[in-house]
Amino acid sequence: MIPLVLRVNGREHRIEVEARVTLLDALRDVLHLTGTKKGCDRGECGACTVHVDGERINSCLALAVMQEGREVTTVEGVGTVGAPHPVQAAFVARDALQCGYCTPGQVMSAIACVREGHTGSDDEIREWMSGNLCRCAAYEQIVAAVRDAAEAHRA
Amino acid sequence: MIPAPFDYTRPTTVEDAVTALRAGGAGAKVIAGGQSLVRMLQRRLVRPTLLVDVGCLSRMREVVEEPDHLVIGATTTQHELLHDARVRAHAPLLSLVARHVGDPAVRHRGTLGGSVAHADPAGDPPAAVLALDGEIIVEGPRGERVIPSAEFFVGPFRTALEPDELLVGVRVPKMGEGWTVHYEKFRLSAQKPTLLGVAVMVRRVGDCFTDAHIALANSGSTPVRATAVEVALVGADVTEEAVTKAADLLDGTMEPFARQGVSQAYLAHLARVLTRRAVVAALSW
Repeated sequence: MIPLVLRVNGREHRIEVEARVTLLDALRDVLHLTGTKKGCDRGECGACTVHVDGERINSCLALAVMQEGREVTTVEGVGTVGAPHPVQAAFVARDALQCGYCTPGQVMSAIACVREGHTGSDDEIREWMSGNLCRCAAYEQIVAAVRDAAEAHRA
Repeated sequence: MIPAPFDYTRPTTVEDAVTALRAGGAGAKVIAGGQSLVRMLQRRLVRPTLLVDVGCLSRMREVVEEPDHLVIGATTTQHELLHDARVRAHAPLLSLVARHVGDPAVRHRGTLGGSVAHADPAGDPPAAVLALDGEIIVEGPRGERVIPSAEFFVGPFRTALEPDELLVGVRVPKMGEGWTVHYEKFRLSAQKPTLLGVAVMVRRVGDCFTDAHIALANSGSTPVRATAVEVALVGADVTEEAVTKAADLLDGTMEPFARQGVSQAYLAHLARVLTRRAVVAALSW
């Protein structure tokens, strides 16, 4: 076991994990932050998307021990039910989900996508959100939500 | 799936990393972004006993400009290749190819050195490095060694790196006057790996090709240069007919590592079509 200080959503957590534990498993099983979802567990679906030092990554392809000294942000850290993040509000307004399993990853990816400025057209949004799959295929609404959030961000 | 157990160390200097690799012996493996390795660990396709994390070695993250070359640190991410002004200006082929790697989240962690050292025959960056005549800079117990890319890739997922050597950077010539580049990639579906990739650098003076570098991904057990096409292009007129004629010289005997269920005839046709498209696209770059 390796002692580790993991900084998540502005809070420091002192934990012990094996080197083989992914960031995704540490978040869910050790810190009980279950908003981040395990989909494919091989970097293809994007359900586990989190931000590390402000950049979106797949937490299933990152080892927890590699995140020491970095700032991790999960869906629990971006908004609340009472005060949702503008991207979350856009997802609700556009009904951009069905089952909701991919939504935390979609939201984290969308926040980064808007911030990166890859929202110039619907095609650009589709390409730069392409790492996040939605098995319910709510893609039209997701693109609309990202478009709305980007417009609000620019305003 | 959960990887088999391994030890982990995060050295703070290149020397310490080399020492750790040496001490770890055959069971030691380097991890940078982990975008290929963690997948393999999870499926237990590899079972290292020690991971040496080189993600904190600042020297390996630098892009250094030399008079005629760019030295790109091994842990430069695909995202950084896409955005770094020096890479875009002096090695635009690497920026172009980075755009074809994974998706935005993968590109934030995946590194140039990792992709080159992983040596997936279907990898896109290795083909671009080969087309660039890049040099692979490695550090080991015997000091620094520079390996030409033409000698670096020796087989599927196999390179000229010794187990106790660390890939620290990739050195590429700065693109000179008159050169243009393109990377053409074909996949059977968005989630599939590259079925065929073509990295192209061509130089024209007036209406004539004066130089051509073309490397193919997933066209053999390593990235390969399309020498026959290169030779045919040099001195040829810059016309679509001449490009088509040169591309048609691809003989169709390639043996891709990952065939993905398609026939040899299909692949041969695809290679000729993509090579023609890539050269034409480079001309209008």
